[in-house]
Amino acid sequence: MNIASHYAYAVTIFLMVAGVFIVIARGNLVKKLIGLSIFQTSVYLLYIAPGKLIGGTAPIVAPEFTVYSNPLPHVLILTAIVVGVATLALGLAIVVRIREAYDSIEEDEILAADQAEDERQRS
Amino acid sequence: MIAEHLPALQVVVPLLSAPAIVLVRRHRAAWIIATVTSWAALAMAIVLAMRVADLGTISYAIGSWAPPWGIEYRVDALAAFVLVLVSLMGALAMPYAKVSIAAELPEEQEYLFYAMYCLCLAGLLGIAITGDAFNLFVFLEISSLSTYVLIALGRRRQALSAAYQYLVMGTIGATFYVIGVGLLYLMTGTLNMADMAQRLAQVDELRPLIAALAFITVGIGLKLALFPLHQWLPNAYTHAPSVVTAFLAATATKVSVYVLIRFYFTVFAQTPRLHDLPFRELLMLLSVVAIVSMSLVALFQDELKRMLAYSSVAQIGYITLGISLTSPSGLTAATTHLFNHGVTKGALFLLVGVVALRCGVTRLSQLSGLASRMPVTAFGIVLAGMSLIGVPGTAGFVTKWYLVRASLERGSWWLAALVVATSLIALGYVWRFVETAYLKEPDAELPRAGEAPLWMLIPALLLVASCVYFGLETSFNVGYVGEAVRLLVRQGGA
Repeated sequence: MNIASHYAYAVTIFLMVAGVFIVIARGNLVKKLIGLSIFQTSVYLLYIAPGKLIGGTAPIVAPEFTVYSNPLPHVLILTAIVVGVATLALGLAIVVRIREAYDSIEEDEILAADQAEDERQRS
Repeated sequence: MIAEHLPALQVVVPLLSAPAIVLVRRHRAAWIIATVTSWAALAMAIVLAMRVADLGTISYAIGSWAPPWGIEYRVDALAAFVLVLVSLMGALAMPYAKVSIAAELPEEQEYLFYAMYCLCLAGLLGIAITGDAFNLFVFLEISSLSTYVLIALGRRRQALSAAYQYLVMGTIGATFYVIGVGLLYLMTGTLNMADMAQRLAQVDELRPLIAALAFITVGIGLKLALFPLHQWLPNAYTHAPSVVTAFLAATATKVSVYVLIRFYFTVFAQTPRLHDLPFRELLMLLSVVAIVSMSLVALFQDELKRMLAYSSVAQIGYITLGISLTSPSGLTAATTHLFNHGVTKGALFLLVGVVALRCGVTRLSQLSGLASRMPVTAFGIVLAGMSLIGVPGTAGFVTKWYLVRASLERGSWWLAALVVATSLIALGYVWRFVETAYLKEPDAELPRAGEAPLWMLIPALLLVASCVYFGLETSFNVGYVGEAVRLLVRQGGA
């Protein structure tokens, strides 16, 4: 197995792990969304990289070409990109609302505010 | 002519009514469109279920592109069963929403709720009906994104942080699912589930398959709140508007369970080498821990909605326990419980919503003597609670019966004992409500509001009645499921 020919997978896995790590390790809600976005992006690479053949052309049948790249992953990922954009937009919109309601976008401060409110209600 | 296109219409009608609602904007018109859509979806689901019972599995090629190249909609007995459950809950939630949403949302925001609800309905129905693994991801995201918005509509600010938390967890779950599907696509070159199942049998390399199975299990596990991936659920269910909680509790997690069954018993059916892995034991262990720990946590909750939310995680444990037994009666228990628990939890959350509307509080410590103020509601909660425990004569009992039978068939008497023992914990938390509502003197602060409007009460009581009806007359929830299970077992079991 040749490491160099598999570098696309190495990049994919690095992005995947880095993305999830940011989501877990950061307390800032916007930074979490950035991590989430990187994580989703890694999947685009996972689909598209194997679809490309070295020397392959777009799949338009012509006598001088015999090797074609697979176009389907591109179409799938086009859909996934739309989903990713929608998720990011909705996530940011919720963060804006959270900022208005809590006056903070730090996870621990929001958690503390929620707990304080719970205590007040119980007593 | 139109009956031919029912599988497509089932999804397209709710999908198109969402933009129609946004264009109309008037709250009353929005409600009418959403209600008509829901009842039309229910009618279509019932017709599809009857046709499947008569003619067998229906395959529909979207845009006439023949499968496996085009997207195939595939309605078999199990899919039709889930379609009926989802659209039934939608059809009953809409009359309830008329008063409930008007009380919880500003009038100019109401149409957004109905638009998001229609999108969510389209997504959930699409997940159940599609036979294409990637198309399933798209529907999963349609339903999830609209769910995040629905939860964020809750009145208190905690709804926002609950929605954010769910958005992060849900997106990670969906992305894990796509990674799994991507690996399967790399190995087989197809996305059609039936085609994929056949081609997987010829794949020599086992490692990518294990990775794919693990990614899909974790991803869908996040969506269905499989212990320990359930952290998003209690907050989301507690702070969402009442009708949203009831609709989601009865449908969203159930549809995810359906996806898990679909992958275990259709896609991975013909790869026997995967069956030697300890997935089954792992799933059983997680289910048992979920049932015991979450029932105990539910026992000590003061907030009624949160108690029911934790109980939901425990009840999902019963479903996954049935799946992990991988026998016909285990699967029957799992699929039957999809429906039984959906109906039961739907009824309970709708009734708690009624309490929230009339009393303004849902904490047990503030609801003393509820039964004297709202006798019908309190009695409904007790009846549905009995179904949650599994008292004979209710829908919950039917599941427990099959689950105990499946455990005994496998020779695990301890599992049977566990199912019975954990029902006693459920008895404990339902009893806490009975004690508060019936045996304590009415709280002076509890408002003398009386029963809720009939728009809310009738759908809730219909669901309570069906908890009892499906416990006595089991031709749909067990008989129909029996057919679905036979189909799954014939395809081979993972």
